[in-house]
Amino acid sequence: MRKKFIYFLLNEAGIGLILAALCIGFSIFVPNFASLHNVTNIFTQISINTVIAVGMTFVILLGGIDLSVGSVLSLCTIVAGLFMTKEGVPLPVAISGAIVLSLLAGMVCGLFNGWVSETWKIHAFVVTLGMLNIARGVALQVSGSRTIFSFPKAFNEVGTLTFGGVPLIFIVAVTLVLIGQFVLNKTVFGRLIYAIGNNEEAVRLSGHNTKRYKVSAYVICGAMVGIAAILYMLRLNIASPILGVGFELSAIAAVVIGGTSMAGGKGSLIGTFIGAGIMGVLNNGLLLIGLSDFIRQIVTGGIIVVAVVLDTYRVKFSHMLLK
Amino acid sequence: MNPVLQVEELSKSFPGVQALQRVSLDLHEGEVHVLVGENGAGKSTLIKLICGMYPLEGGKMTYKGAPYAPLTPHDAIKSGIRVVYQEFNLLPYLSVAENIFFDSLPRKHGLVDFKKLHSDAERVLDRVGLNVSPTMPVELLGVAQMQLLEIAKAVSAECSVLILDEPTATLSPKDTDNLFGIIHDLKKQGLAIIYISHHLKEIYEIGDTVTVLRNGERVETCSIHDVRIPDLVAMMVGRKMESEYPFRDDIKQTGKVILSVRNLCFKGNTNPVSFELREGELLGISGLVGSKRTETLRAIFGADPKEGGEILLNGSPLEIGSPKEAVEAGLSLLTEDRKNQGLVLDMSLSANITLADLSRVSNAGLLRVSAEREASKKLSSELGIKTPSIRQLARNLSGGNQQKLVLAKWLFRDAKVLMFDEPTRGIDVGAKYEIYLLLWELLAEDKGILLVSSDLNELMGICHRIIVFSNGRITGDLKREEFSQERILECAYKEYIG
Repeated sequence: MRKKFIYFLLNEAGIGLILAALCIGFSIFVPNFASLHNVTNIFTQISINTVIAVGMTFVILLGGIDLSVGSVLSLCTIVAGLFMTKEGVPLPVAISGAIVLSLLAGMVCGLFNGWVSETWKIHAFVVTLGMLNIARGVALQVSGSRTIFSFPKAFNEVGTLTFGGVPLIFIVAVTLVLIGQFVLNKTVFGRLIYAIGNNEEAVRLSGHNTKRYKVSAYVICGAMVGIAAILYMLRLNIASPILGVGFELSAIAAVVIGGTSMAGGKGSLIGTFIGAGIMGVLNNGLLLIGLSDFIRQIVTGGIIVVAVVLDTYRVKFSHMLLK
Repeated sequence: MNPVLQVEELSKSFPGVQALQRVSLDLHEGEVHVLVGENGAGKSTLIKLICGMYPLEGGKMTYKGAPYAPLTPHDAIKSGIRVVYQEFNLLPYLSVAENIFFDSLPRKHGLVDFKKLHSDAERVLDRVGLNVSPTMPVELLGVAQMQLLEIAKAVSAECSVLILDEPTATLSPKDTDNLFGIIHDLKKQGLAIIYISHHLKEIYEIGDTVTVLRNGERVETCSIHDVRIPDLVAMMVGRKMESEYPFRDDIKQTGKVILSVRNLCFKGNTNPVSFELREGELLGISGLVGSKRTETLRAIFGADPKEGGEILLNGSPLEIGSPKEAVEAGLSLLTEDRKNQGLVLDMSLSANITLADLSRVSNAGLLRVSAEREASKKLSSELGIKTPSIRQLARNLSGGNQQKLVLAKWLFRDAKVLMFDEPTRGIDVGAKYEIYLLLWELLAEDKGILLVSSDLNELMGICHRIIVFSNGRITGDLKREEFSQERILECAYKEYIG
């Protein structure tokens, strides 16, 4: 009985155990960590990475990768920001138009990534590396390398909304995680994403258009980046052609810590969410301890590796228990 | 004169199969010893034992007067026994010289001595008559040149025994002649050569001695000029019946053609292929490995591009450009390689069963989990798939159960024409029998089945009709009363003899 419980814990809770351990550890040793204010802070800090990582999970589940998310996010903020600050556009149109444009910009970039890499069988690493530069360049060109602020007041206010200490942008992020998880688990589309990640040829020979599904995953990733861009603007009230540098690495880290295999076919969005949580909690906790930015980077990097190594032991150990 | 390599009573078994049974063979210096036999006769197994791919199980070998028992392919190479496989083992982006001496690059002060490397390479290239620069990247070579490069690699180091596995399979007649000239030279230099080929005519140009294998046993060894081609074919046939085959003659044969393939052309095939499949018919496809049986099925199914010809289902032409279109039209293809092309190994049994027809267990894109569970439970128990749960991963099933799982996938799809490529390979007799019974049930539902198999007895045991492929051409169309191993093999070898 106890064995079964440990097995369940290891398998179902998985990487969540590490997050729980971190939270408990910081709560005990860092005075302000568990305060409502700080928890709200952490929620806010992880929201954007979570949303990007949701999209990234779809792509990585198919054995792909998207390095362009940071630049594309920046481009999306510029497109949305320019529209929102346009003279003479009524407020509701300005805001909803900005959201739609941001989504569209992200999806177009995703479509390009997926379609080019699938049509010419070029590794997504290369195509999205190209897109990383293209999107950044377009953002700089379109904006004249200016940062845009002075958004409508109503828009900025929405960004600060919280519900019982839970920020709106965090609610959006969690909702996307749940929707994504539903799609992966309960729909034909999700089933085929996993199957293609495992064995694309078998899926193709079972009569499916695998290219369509693969391209869709990049479009979904682009859409998530579009949403993340709006969240970013809500939170920081700026749109800039130079933001988002390194976002792709944080997102990939969240996905991988969350247990998704870089080779594809295995993983979940709940895992990704916990992965983003681990990164956020670490950053926040270490900052409260008073570690410098440099030391925090070293520790965070180390923990990413340790978490993934520990995870391989977790899987081995739970298999041993089963025997 | 003592033989260079003496093989005595080698045996090897795999689960359920005795692949090789007390086979002996003497190989002399300056001799080309030809191995012939139909698919599964034991040629490859014998070679793999000699070159250390499989450990010795029974029997012994003597090489240059000393006992020889290689544990790894590297042992064999070190002692001077080299194999050139049908699939090349070259590094495409490295130069010709680097490929030849990859294991033992000459060094000077810890760096590669390119001057010596290139002069050594030139000497070896000369020896096999390959006229290319040692610095040329291998990817730029043609097939025939790569073949010679493989031989150059083999003879570059100490080599007394050279094994060539179907070296002419992909060569043009001119390149084949050239290769034979080189084999003659190597022979004169004292090499002992084992030569495996389907091409019964060409072995007369090159061989000295011939050994015929059948069903894992040696049938005959003699000088090649003492036997004629028909004698060889006669010696190859006669594999033992391994199990009973359930042939049912109560299946209604309406004679209605369901699938008609007309002048089908695809990459690598110069002869258009045409045949017809009728309702309730189990049509066997025989032929040697490489005779384009598998490729034909794949082209029909749209798995590989088609270059011409027509496919008609129930009289109406099909436009099939992808497996998706084929499946939607009512075709299915159970591929030979179940692990890489048939199953999603790291997914559950039930996910694999429903993979080809997810619309049956979904509603507006949403999976109906309970419907899927019921359907897969039903099918897996009907097929007798032995598993603790339908949530079990496909990877954890035995070979026979995996094969049944692929079958279950296509049964779930409910296709009109089922194409099976080696559905019983590598599974035990009991599971085979169950699969045959399943085929009959399908036929009783007015479906048509195309069955590719390398097992002649199986084809003869269960098919209504057999068509035989030989080097990409259909050379035989035999009705059940015309079945005999001699007839089938005669057709299978037809394009290789003349």
